[in-house]
Amino acid sequence: MNLIDQLNQEEIARVTEGKEIPEFAPGDTVRVNVKVVEGTRERIQAYEGVCIARMGGGLNQSFTVRKISNGEGVERVFPLYGPLIDNIKVVRRGRVRRAKLYYLRGRTGKSARIAEKKQDRSKAKKDGDA
Amino acid sequence: MRSGMIAQKVGMTRVFGDDGRHVPVTVLKLEKNQVVAQRTTDRDGYTALQVGAGFAKAKNTSRAMRGHFAIAKVEPKRKLHEFRVSADNLIDVGAELTADHFVSGQHVDVSGTSIGKGFAGAMKRHNFKGLRATHGVSISHRSHGSTGQCQDPGKVFKGKKMAGHMGDVRVTTQNLEIVRTDVERGLLLIKGSVPGSKGGWVLIRDAIKKALPESVPFPGAFRLGEEETPKAADTETEAPAEEVVVEAAEETVTEAPAADNTKKDDA
Repeated sequence: MNLIDQLNQEEIARVTEGKEIPEFAPGDTVRVNVKVVEGTRERIQAYEGVCIARMGGGLNQSFTVRKISNGEGVERVFPLYGPLIDNIKVVRRGRVRRAKLYYLRGRTGKSARIAEKKQDRSKAKKDGDA
Repeated sequence: MRSGMIAQKVGMTRVFGDDGRHVPVTVLKLEKNQVVAQRTTDRDGYTALQVGAGFAKAKNTSRAMRGHFAIAKVEPKRKLHEFRVSADNLIDVGAELTADHFVSGQHVDVSGTSIGKGFAGAMKRHNFKGLRATHGVSISHRSHGSTGQCQDPGKVFKGKKMAGHMGDVRVTTQNLEIVRTDVERGLLLIKGSVPGSKGGWVLIRDAIKKALPESVPFPGAFRLGEEETPKAADTETEAPAEEVVVEAAEETVTEAPAADNTKKDDA
């Protein structure tokens, strides 16, 4: 492994220490708990929406979350390993056929829906057994 | 004035701070920075340290330089550079400078050779605007415009910015912040970019325009390795041995023309 990759791995390990980043893909609805500093106080603010894109790789990976706030579309880009992210929760898994869901930007209401991903049958069986 | 260091550029990455900010950093690798010679006022009229870095094969080092390294009892170095230091900051010959010579938060100046761009036009080289896209301009959209006046000066002034060779010049970037140091692996993480390509050699010195923090070590952070001494001794014994080989080679060379003569006679 070259030195830069090695340093990136170490940095990922350092940043993710004590927190787990779940697996999620574009189309999934995620809740991102963001640390917000107000003066001297730090609190956690939730930002929930559809992940419409994941970009970059390794330490430089980021994801875009889109939501409709007060009738206005809002998109926010988070670095996946940013220290301001307290945790990420996957609320719902969506079924989509492309990696970047930029087509959602032009749509509202019914046409902007994303179907829920049906659980894999074999996996469901396993879960049932357990 | 403290000594500087010689490093090799590895590449760039990012580091996250706890406040959520990410810092772009250049990774520099120190490859066994050792003091090879001292310059003193008595002998040379000024004080400086000659620092060497990297590893060079003994067979690719000239005999003169082998002798120079043997006096210092260090292995042959790839790069040598002199750093002017004040008399109280002289470090013993053979001492290996370590990464904690610089402390995080400190500012440094980094010099290197910029990436060569070849023959570049005035737009790329001097940020000229070029000519218009329309209004009768033909073929010369990226040219520079006028280069001077009329008959009165009757010449183009020296230093006129024109197309020409760009890059591959020595560049110093000042006031770069040290983000992190790694003594075991000999790494320096410096905020921002550094001149030159990956694998290029750069010189790092204390910033001349910023005050030094108090935690900086004087005359510098170094270790006087004990394991080096046997190695250095090896090189010393090696040097005379190779001299013998060279002499032998010379003898064969002198013989070779003689052989040629005989061949000619045959012909």
